Amino acid sequence: MFKLTATIAKDVRILLRDKVGISLMFIMPIILVVVVTSIQNSTFQLVNKNKLSIIINNSDTGQASKQLIKAIDKIGMFKATQVTGDQSEQKIAEAMHQQDAMLGVIIPPNFSAKVSAKSKSVAGKALKSFGLEGDSVKNAGDVDPLTVYYNPVLQENIRLSVQGALRSALQLVQSRETLRSLYFSINEKELPEKLENEMLNNKTAINEIPVSKDGTRTTPNATQHNVPAWTIFAMFFIIMSLGGSVVREKVSGSFIRLKTLPTNYLVGMASKQITYLAVTMLQAIVIFSIGIWIFPYVGLPALNLPSDVFALVLVTVVCGWCAVSYAMCVGVYAQTQEQANGFGAVSIVILACIGGLMVPSFAMQGFFKSAANISPMHWCLQAYYSLFLEGGKLKDVLNNILLLFIITLLLQVLTYVGLKRKNLI
Amino acid sequence: MGLTPELAIDVNNIGFRYPGNPDVSFSHLNLKVNKGERFGLFGPNGAGKTTLISLMTGLLKADEGSIKLLGHDIGKNKNSVNKLFGFIPQDFSFYHELSPVENLEFFGAWSGLDKQTVKRRTDELLTILGLNNVRDKQVQKFSGGMKRRVNLAIGVIHNPPILFLDEPTVGVDVQTGRAIIDYLLVLNKGGTTLVYTSHQLNEAEDLCEEVALIDGGKIIAQDNLKHLLKTHNQDNLEQMFLNLTGKEYRN
Repeated sequence: MFKLTATIAKDVRILLRDKVGISLMFIMPIILVVVVTSIQNSTFQLVNKNKLSIIINNSDTGQASKQLIKAIDKIGMFKATQVTGDQSEQKIAEAMHQQDAMLGVIIPPNFSAKVSAKSKSVAGKALKSFGLEGDSVKNAGDVDPLTVYYNPVLQENIRLSVQGALRSALQLVQSRETLRSLYFSINEKELPEKLENEMLNNKTAINEIPVSKDGTRTTPNATQHNVPAWTIFAMFFIIMSLGGSVVREKVSGSFIRLKTLPTNYLVGMASKQITYLAVTMLQAIVIFSIGIWIFPYVGLPALNLPSDVFALVLVTVVCGWCAVSYAMCVGVYAQTQEQANGFGAVSIVILACIGGLMVPSFAMQGFFKSAANISPMHWCLQAYYSLFLEGGKLKDVLNNILLLFIITLLLQVLTYVGLKRKNLI
Repeated sequence: MGLTPELAIDVNNIGFRYPGNPDVSFSHLNLKVNKGERFGLFGPNGAGKTTLISLMTGLLKADEGSIKLLGHDIGKNKNSVNKLFGFIPQDFSFYHELSPVENLEFFGAWSGLDKQTVKRRTDELLTILGLNNVRDKQVQKFSGGMKRRVNLAIGVIHNPPILFLDEPTVGVDVQTGRAIIDYLLVLNKGGTTLVYTSHQLNEAEDLCEEVALIDGGKIIAQDNLKHLLKTHNQDNLEQMFLNLTGKEYRN
């Protein structure tokens, strides 16, 4: 037992004196989790709570354009400001900049007249198909397109939502005009407003309900997404300290000297695993604590821990052990500390990318979707998401734990083979 | 019939070849070192000294033959055989981030000592080797000579009956070199068998009583130092060394 405790004491002392390693293992992930959560939280707020500011330049003088502006306003997604004057791209850009607007919409001149002509033409065709006489059917040309300018920072999914919302407003205006034309052609009087509203307004509500395995109705937020993801990243980043430590022992000749002593080197490997597993647990405790207690003070949503705390601890331990095993494996095969650090850092970023920490794995396609399966971080993340976002229990993450365990054992075997091949044990 | 001295090391008919590198190889090599002897192993670069020490300490495994330390086969029961010797490598093979006390605690534990013995031996060795005033300072701030003394202390913490020393004084000043040699002589008086290798042949003459010259994987001469010098009609070890191994460069 003294051998093991003395070895752990040695590893802890070396670790505590590795200031750069400690910074990389603790300070860097804390900065990452705060910064990324803040940025994503702003996007969440922008899309979910704040309205997108939009400027509308209307050169049309008719009713249809006024109805369109009203319909855009009614969507509830935009904070609309009307501007007048030059419709050149440069002027619109200036106006957007002045108003701090993300979007600019140009309604072309004669928009109402063309919408009206098109509606009458459609109504005439409809009446003719019913066998009724209406106004003579003239083929009207297409309505000139609306032009939408956008700030390039807007992500594609937001732009698609904007496009969908504008189409819906446009559709409403055109349908209203067609309906009025039809009604007027048949009854030779104006469509009553009440009837018009009844016919056009969609009364079917859409209920949005987040589903979770434990029946809770907590809406996922940037904190619930980012804190688990960057905790995993932090755990795997111990390679910067542990990988280098293994290489230093090899290069300095300590491994060789230890081989001449009456102790099996597996004691040394066990000590490193115990020490660094404790580090990964500490990383998780620190980052989760920041999420729970510090985040609300910086305007971020607080982290809600999963209801199944045992499952959370188990997943964290297995993730940590997998991260430690990966770091040791890289350390054993690397020839120099530079190799271990360089390969370690790059490989962690790649594993994080394909594992879904930076881009959600459901958004990946083809090869990359399959590649996600080889990243241990993917299985860690899936387990954490099941617990943090879906309210999962131990039974829901058992498969992930098993797969992580298998990957860990494979890494341990690879490490052992590497030590044997290099005549280090 | 006289008594045969007990052997500390018995290298018996060993063969060894590095995989893919035939430059250094041994074939039917024999070497015997008596218990309590101060034995010097010398040879030019690439002669096979380090390989032979690696074989005797179990770092490499002979392809054939056997090596026994105090009658125990080096290849069998590693944990008990490894207690029989200490190894002081040429490199500073310890943890530079740790202090001498911390290094000795760790290596003492791995040498099979209990906590109390480690503490007692640490105090003794740091006093003997003049490191008591820096016992808690990180070794990375030490001079080369101080690091050599730490290297030596680690190798002898468990009081091994056999001590392998691979250039234990390389790169140190005269004072430190003398102090190390004096300490090795003290250890030898206490019964420790010394197996020493170095390129500093003047120093070797002071320390060794029995020497072997190795070149090309073969032992080309082995005897009592004084007898060997007399046999080869040489005044000192360096002259004899050059006479037997030649003056051309070795890689």
